[in-house]
Amino acid sequence: MKRIQTALALAGLLAATAAHAAGGDVDDTAKQATNWTAIILFVGFVAGTLWITKWAASKTRSAADFYTAGGGITGFQNGLAIAGDYMSAASFLGISASVMTSGYDGLIYSIGFLVGWPIITFLMADRLRNLGKFTFADVVGYRFAQPPIRMFAASGTLIVVAFYLIAQMVGAGQLIKLLFGLDYWIAVVLVGALMMVYVLFGGMTATTWVQIIKACMLLAGVSFMGFMVLAQYGFSPEALFAKGVEVRTQIAANTGKTPEEAAKAGLAIMGPGGFIKDPVSAISFGMALMFGTAGLPHILMRFFTVPNAKEARKSVGWATVWIGYFYILIFIIGFGAITMVLTNPEMADTAKGIIKGGAGTANMAAVLVAKSVGGDIFYGFISAVAFATILAVVAGLTLSGASAVSHDLYATVVKKGKADSASELKVSRITTIALGIVAVILGIVFEKQNIAFMVSLAFAVAASANFPPLILSILWKGCTTRGAVIGGFLGLISSVGLTIVSPSVWEATLGHPAGSALFPYTSPALFSMTIGFVGVWLFSITDNSARAAKERDAFEAQQVRSETGLGASGASGH
Amino acid sequence: MSDPVVEKIRRHPKYQELRARRNPLGIVLTVLMLAVYYGYIGLIAFDKPFLAKPIGAGVTSLGIPIGMGVILFTIAITVYYVRIANNKFDALTAEILKDVTQ
Repeated sequence: MKRIQTALALAGLLAATAAHAAGGDVDDTAKQATNWTAIILFVGFVAGTLWITKWAASKTRSAADFYTAGGGITGFQNGLAIAGDYMSAASFLGISASVMTSGYDGLIYSIGFLVGWPIITFLMADRLRNLGKFTFADVVGYRFAQPPIRMFAASGTLIVVAFYLIAQMVGAGQLIKLLFGLDYWIAVVLVGALMMVYVLFGGMTATTWVQIIKACMLLAGVSFMGFMVLAQYGFSPEALFAKGVEVRTQIAANTGKTPEEAAKAGLAIMGPGGFIKDPVSAISFGMALMFGTAGLPHILMRFFTVPNAKEARKSVGWATVWIGYFYILIFIIGFGAITMVLTNPEMADTAKGIIKGGAGTANMAAVLVAKSVGGDIFYGFISAVAFATILAVVAGLTLSGASAVSHDLYATVVKKGKADSASELKVSRITTIALGIVAVILGIVFEKQNIAFMVSLAFAVAASANFPPLILSILWKGCTTRGAVIGGFLGLISSVGLTIVSPSVWEATLGHPAGSALFPYTSPALFSMTIGFVGVWLFSITDNSARAAKERDAFEAQQVRSETGLGASGASGH
Repeated sequence: MSDPVVEKIRRHPKYQELRARRNPLGIVLTVLMLAVYYGYIGLIAFDKPFLAKPIGAGVTSLGIPIGMGVILFTIAITVYYVRIANNKFDALTAEILKDVTQ
């Protein structure tokens, strides 16, 4: 295991350089003093996960080990890993920040993220496990012509992964700058390098265990924070909300509002606000979040890491429990940020009600609550958990992108299904390195860009491009290769296209004047998902080729396998 | 996988029972979940003041129990389906596979 030792040494060197560089310069207003507790705890986490990677590397011999941990993850473990993938930095820091700034709107966001899970459970989870092997393209392409389906699925995967990765990398750089006082580029390179080590050597086994450990740490941390926040108010949510409204009323009064106006502004955090402006945006956004979950490639691939359909269902059951519990706590922590952080002159400008330190500091809401309730050591712990969160999510995304290239494109399209396990493994490792480098470069390029739209774009693409062909190929006999590929690409093009001409990109990112965006709504999903579904349907029913007839005939065998698991790939060997 | 086995399963009375019990349940629960979520989204889209209305004398708005209710409902409905599928449906599936592969 010489390679692992080299990797360990490399990571240690990077950490040392990073710490050194951080001590030196103070060029940026938003950069905080170097947070040593957090760095020590984080180095501990990294050392632990690298040790796991070393163990996982000894188990990662075949392509099946690399993609799916040999199918040896239990339902409970996989549920935690899925929850870990989902409790990303955007959820943990972003939603608590949005509860702090706009109250109830943060809850609307969380609910949207949660409601996709029952749909996956009722319609897909066990069928995915019974039909698939390594990637969701195995499921879509079960009875279809391989090259076109694989090319479509790989495009859908890589586009979703790219947008999600950029959002995570930029978020990582900015956060780590705030949390640890490291330079932006160092943070991005550090995340990229560590993620490559996990995926390259440990494959799915390491990626899953890193995710499980992080999920446990995060759940323990937010449980403690939620408990402490409620304890301050005698475990009365009403008392917590009342204090939040009081703080917000005072902040509004400071801006020169009359007492009535200020009281109204204070109470506004208890109801839906400006987050969703018009009914079309509300429904469209709801669709993107709900159905996007069922089309995210890095989530779908986790269904192939469990031995059978029963464990696949258990995974979603546990994942839903943990994610729901997490979001309830995040809402409480967000209110804790209003009552404890925004009133603390050391942390915030109490008159204006904003966290000190310049742009992007709202994302510090949750970690500052940690400092308020648990002191410096707990603050360091939560900062380290936030870093670990980004690292684990990025590793999962990269693994999913690498599988799309090596399994869907290389093994199935290029080698026509005749690639041996060793060469497939080699291609996935090369892709991992390539994706790691691309992610670091994109992270640095997009540093100053407004990237807030990227996660919702990833969800919109997943809902419009990946979800319609996936669900229709599983449930609808009439679906054909032509329908799935054309419909999927139409969903892909329309969701990306409509996002580009929507206000969040056209005006906020590309700098065109306000009101010039061609597409006025927050999310394209209502339209692009419809285009995707109609596309799959229309190009399937008009497909009269001999191949289409054969594909429809093959549906019955597929249905029996999806519902009973007859002939499904087993726990090992695949 | 050979076709005769698939045919045997398709004609198996227990497979038909499995489909008759499982698929309607999946559809009913899906429709229920969609109704609850889009009902909630509908309130946000068309009647924001309703969700912002305080319950009783305090500041806690109707939106809080409704929102938390949607989260708890989502968890409950998922766990309910997983329990039924993993006990009843899996037992049926195991019997079917045992019968046809003997």
